[in-house]
Amino acid sequence: MKPPRIRLMKDNIYGLMAEFDSSTELVEAAEKVRDAGYTKTDAFSPFPIHEMDEALGIKRSILSYLVFGGGITGLLLGLGLQYYTHVIDYPIIVGGRPHFSLPAFVPPAYELTILLASFTAVLGMLFLNGLPRPYHPVFNVPRFNLASREKFFLLIESADPQFDYPETREFMESLEAQEVFIVDE
Amino acid sequence: MQDVNDIVRKINPPMVEGDHDYGSVTDKISDITLKKRTPFGWFIGFGISFMVAQLLLFTTLYLVTNGVGIWANNQPVGWAFPIINFVWWIGIGHAGTLISAILLLLNQKWRTSINRFAEAMTLFAVACAGLFPILHTGRPWLAYWLLPYPNTMGMWPQFRSPLMWDVFAVSTYATVSLLFWYVGLIPDIATLRDRAKNKWFKYAYGLLSWGWRGSARHWHRYEIAYLLLAGLSTPLVLSVHSIVSLDFSVAQLPGWHATIFPPYFVAGAIFAGFAMVLILTIPLRVWYNMKDLITDTHLIYMGKVMLATGLIVCYGYAMEAFFAWYSAAEYEVFMMYNRMFEGPYWWSYWLLILCNGISIQFLWFKRFRESPFWLFIISIVVSIGMWLERFVIIITSLQRDFLPSSWGMYSPTIFDWTMYIGTIGFFFALIFLFVRMLPVISIFEVRTLLPEAEVKRKGEEH
Repeated sequence: MKPPRIRLMKDNIYGLMAEFDSSTELVEAAEKVRDAGYTKTDAFSPFPIHEMDEALGIKRSILSYLVFGGGITGLLLGLGLQYYTHVIDYPIIVGGRPHFSLPAFVPPAYELTILLASFTAVLGMLFLNGLPRPYHPVFNVPRFNLASREKFFLLIESADPQFDYPETREFMESLEAQEVFIVDE
Repeated sequence: MQDVNDIVRKINPPMVEGDHDYGSVTDKISDITLKKRTPFGWFIGFGISFMVAQLLLFTTLYLVTNGVGIWANNQPVGWAFPIINFVWWIGIGHAGTLISAILLLLNQKWRTSINRFAEAMTLFAVACAGLFPILHTGRPWLAYWLLPYPNTMGMWPQFRSPLMWDVFAVSTYATVSLLFWYVGLIPDIATLRDRAKNKWFKYAYGLLSWGWRGSARHWHRYEIAYLLLAGLSTPLVLSVHSIVSLDFSVAQLPGWHATIFPPYFVAGAIFAGFAMVLILTIPLRVWYNMKDLITDTHLIYMGKVMLATGLIVCYGYAMEAFFAWYSAAEYEVFMMYNRMFEGPYWWSYWLLILCNGISIQFLWFKRFRESPFWLFIISIVVSIGMWLERFVIIITSLQRDFLPSSWGMYSPTIFDWTMYIGTIGFFFALIFLFVRMLPVISIFEVRTLLPEAEVKRKGEEH
């Protein structure tokens, strides 16, 4: 006979999650969580809330720099492609224009700049977000499916150095949340 | 107090009417997709569009087995219906990008309820547009020859040609529009995943949403990516139709060789596109009872954009005529005279002026601007007008160029028409499928329009 599973609160839960009714409540609660010194936190909302970045202490993403890099790569690729094809590999004079006809080469290089920058924006966003990720412990909370509808959730992960089961739970209950849930691993 | 409220309403009309909260807008929009019963009207609409789309299928089959000789393209009019229809469709697509990208950058909140299906319209219009040049190559299975790749012939595409620019512009435009549309859809597909009852739909939407969970850190990067895509799409959309216009204006042909072409084509594209958005919006909001989300204000704004861009297009017509005269180049003067009075298609020019120039003047008046019926009628007239514009520019210029000995008549064959009408059926069939399978309005963005979405700090009054 297997021994009954003992629930070691700190070890096999992913974190604690509090539910809120409005974006204002969520932001205010997030500020308190941040001020209390928790760092492994996250908030979930049915739409982007700009105040959340500051409330949770989210640093500005490096995505814009990646996109800039993607754009520059596209530009160089476009110019390089045209230089190689029209100057090195198959030089041919058309309409009396020089082999490297820069004005005519601008449109394709420009389009490739935009193409690569856009791909970087989308794929970079998904990559930095760790998506696709079909399973995530937060989905274990039955009411979490309302996060894509009308409810707001705040999460403190058990991996947070300050996390302590009864204490953190008490703290979260003091945030005027509708309810506090345990998120199973 | 009533008066003050009325004034506020007038200056800053609400974009969502009626008593809505996060839940009710979610239900309202996602129910179109999730409810089990497909409305009977949907089957009728889809059925008719799908039948019309068969014209495209059969014409393509006949074209591939017999060659482009089934069309009337011949010297001197080598570019005829395929390019008219290509430019018409791609122009229609531009309004979708304008609404989703440029109006986002300009912080126009009214874009939110219409951007999703305007973007879908863009994609489907570009799909229809792309068919024409590919089929016009005659051997569409070799269309990849347009792309630069190392080949056994040792040849490369000619990058000094605007036609090559077109390949890059249109393929980039199609790809970026798809990315933009899909990124916008991810949070909404997650909503569908969480709401779907059917196991298979849940699974499918779960896959398509990539496991989106609405995390604040994700939203942070999402918003950066979305804004950057808008910033990238804005110059893209302007470049695409400018490059399309360069296909013509780089040539030396009178009637094509004009510096006004790029801005004039871009304005025309947006003009035609808004007409198509109105054609789609007006029935959609009635059939799906969405007048609270797509309000009369939205229609009025679109009418105003149509009027403004239409006037730019009219300025283009005036400048074409003026510069033909002012240039004192006899071929230019003759081209304009031939186009307006003497040529075999003189009537198409005046029909164009009637459709694009005269019809929009009614939009100056509130009575017409505020009536969905009249907006719908004017939009259809404008769509026909914009098709005629490309017809006039392409056909009348090619028919009679410099040497009378090389003049010729052009009249389209039945296959020119079936191909064109077939793409219209194809386009509407895709729109019907989209309306049934994906959220037609961006749900998460409409949530942000609700007053309670604003974060109210204590001690701060908004």
